[in-house]
Amino acid sequence: MTLDPHLVWFLLVGILLAGYAVLDGLDLGVGALHLFVRRDDERRMFLNAIGPVWDGNEVWLVTGGGALFAAFPGVYATVFAGFYLPMMVLLFALIFRAVAIEFRSTQPGVAWRSTWDASFSVASVLASLLFGVAFGNVIWGIPIDAAGEYAGGLLNLLHPYALLTGVTTVALFTMQGAIYLVLKTEGALQARVRAWVNDAIIFFVICYATTTMATLVYVPHMTHAIRGHPILFVPALATMLAIANVPREIHHGRVFRAFLSSSGAVFGLMGLVGIGMFPNLVTATDPARSLTIYNAASSEGTLGTMLVIALIGVPLVLAYTATVYWVFRGKVRLDSASY
Amino acid sequence: MDAATLSRLQFGATIAFHYVFPPINIGLGVGLVLMEGAYLWTRRPLYQQMTRFWVRIFGLTFAIGVATGIVMEFEFGTNWSAYSRFVGDVFGSALAAEGLFAFFMESGFLGLLLFGWTLVPPAVHFLATVLVCLGAHFSAVWIIVANSWMQTPAGFQLVGEGAARRAETTDFFAAVLNPSTATRLLHTLMGAWQAGACFVLSVGAWYVLRRRHEEFGRAAVGFGLVLGLLAAVGSLVTGDWSARVVAAHQPAKLAAMEGHYPASAPAPLHVVGWIDEAHERVVGLRIPGGLSWLVHGDSTAPVPGLASVPPADRPPVGAVFQSFHLMVLIGLGLIALESVGAWFWWRGTLFERRGLLWLFVLSVLAPQAANQLGWLVAELGRQPWIVYGLMRTADGVSPRVAPAAIVASLVLFGLVYLLLFALFLFLLDQKIRQGPPPLAVEEPHRRA
Repeated sequence: MTLDPHLVWFLLVGILLAGYAVLDGLDLGVGALHLFVRRDDERRMFLNAIGPVWDGNEVWLVTGGGALFAAFPGVYATVFAGFYLPMMVLLFALIFRAVAIEFRSTQPGVAWRSTWDASFSVASVLASLLFGVAFGNVIWGIPIDAAGEYAGGLLNLLHPYALLTGVTTVALFTMQGAIYLVLKTEGALQARVRAWVNDAIIFFVICYATTTMATLVYVPHMTHAIRGHPILFVPALATMLAIANVPREIHHGRVFRAFLSSSGAVFGLMGLVGIGMFPNLVTATDPARSLTIYNAASSEGTLGTMLVIALIGVPLVLAYTATVYWVFRGKVRLDSASY
Repeated sequence: MDAATLSRLQFGATIAFHYVFPPINIGLGVGLVLMEGAYLWTRRPLYQQMTRFWVRIFGLTFAIGVATGIVMEFEFGTNWSAYSRFVGDVFGSALAAEGLFAFFMESGFLGLLLFGWTLVPPAVHFLATVLVCLGAHFSAVWIIVANSWMQTPAGFQLVGEGAARRAETTDFFAAVLNPSTATRLLHTLMGAWQAGACFVLSVGAWYVLRRRHEEFGRAAVGFGLVLGLLAAVGSLVTGDWSARVVAAHQPAKLAAMEGHYPASAPAPLHVVGWIDEAHERVVGLRIPGGLSWLVHGDSTAPVPGLASVPPADRPPVGAVFQSFHLMVLIGLGLIALESVGAWFWWRGTLFERRGLLWLFVLSVLAPQAANQLGWLVAELGRQPWIVYGLMRTADGVSPRVAPAAIVASLVLFGLVYLLLFALFLFLLDQKIRQGPPPLAVEEPHRRA
């Protein structure tokens, strides 16, 4: 059996983006919840819960972007140039998220801190929303010209389905962030955050159900693979069970298992997007112009070389990530080096 | 203005601003390894205090470097989609490798470096410092690989026609180790080390002049001088080597660097000068046969000039010439300054020479300027090509992005980056004024 390098890279880019959604998703979720606590020490707890890890988490996006560029330059070029202004807004959101974390606690002034608190939170929500909108668009389908460039305008990107996937992404990351905060806090603050987890789950489940219905009704091409291969209903079911398991684990006080379950749900949702899209990476309104893992890919030689690089690099990445999370395990303690 | 000009302006502005920060982190990374290594070796609390002080500044610089760096990763796609389709095979691979091999290492262990003082034993903390420093260097490796391929492409074949034309990698190692990778990497790293060295030197000298934290300041001057001299000599050697590679592979760039017009004649070396583009000559102070001698070891050897390049393929001569000469003058000035400093340091009278110490304080700007000018030489000297000899810059732009959209993003970048720079200077100034943390060694505590 020969391995199709296009398929392997489809999976690898998917894993990198799913890794980003799981890990930076929790950072963005913490950002979304940041303004719900008002006391300065509580906000510092939130910031320091992600302090040592958010930077590494964001690298999953940078590497996912690099991998997309290397493996599927056609997709990288079409999507990034086509979504020019939303991409720029996303970049500014990521810039403000990053510097807000760094700057916020350097000055004692209330105005200074509130400004950066607001910018951290707004930037986090905006970034989550834009990721979701981008995904909604490549699923829904965009106009693409003969040269492979996006042929629509800015307003084509803001249709209801894309906004729905955007809000769903905000809800998903908020749930992920809330559970992570329960893991990292204790006492009265933890009790309050725990109550939010349930609200976040309800918010997410409503969005998830609505998006699923909308996809079934309006985006039937996403269901072809599952209809053709009923075995693929298993991941859909598993994702649903992972989501349902989150409130169950929270109810029994098994927060870490709830976190794993929620992370599994993020992976499952990414997987379902992948199953529905395959072999397309970007759906075009004219199906003949859709970007696939074949017509938008680099040469097979490069895909092979990059696979070797990934086989060396990914275990290292997992080792670094595991080390850092292990060293900073347990509850947040504020000290002189904290944000 | 057209989309190509606007995209060039935006890319140039965002990369120039970004490039203020990574060299500081690369150079400071080496500084931190030296300081924390000295602490582990001697157990003098002063060295741990120095490490803790510089780690905070590293963190601030790193945060802005990351925030502005992610822009670069996206901008090839947003503004240069035709280029991205053309080079995805090679260029994308280098960026992906940078993410896997450099960023994860650097970002992951930076958390440990900043917040891990009380969580891990000193030796493990030192290991994290070493890995962060290595990560910063690996990042330079892959970026220079990518950029050098744009200068001296190798290990590829062209496939397809028109908009579908692409460079496909045929030999990965030939593409990575293309003719200019090694020299340009080493030259860039030396410039970065100098940026870190002068930063340490400048702050140390300022403390000594102000008679605050004097022991700390003197030690910082010492570390800065050692690293700076190393980088200064390294810059000279790698710069010379780099110019020879340019002579062999990018003759138009070399000709522009010296304003050498005759199609084939011995070339002089200018100390300072002005390009008279109308008459295709240079007015200035010159060493006859100097360039010929540097490139070929023979002052009468002919060097191909701009006349041998069709006018449409020539880089902007005046800008390349001035950037190059300013960079060289700054580099030579730094060698002189740091040598004089080292001499008086050895004689034991350095800290009485206030004039020299003030020059040290100002020296922080010199490598920053030289690094920017060096990149201007590299990138302007490559014009009108985005990939030398293969694709013109104007053909690399995103064909469907409207100029108005680029104007909007350009204005926003201008405003946001000005704000970031002002905040960076404000916070940096504050951290320096606050001075080093108390001279108490924090030992790791056990977990509850």
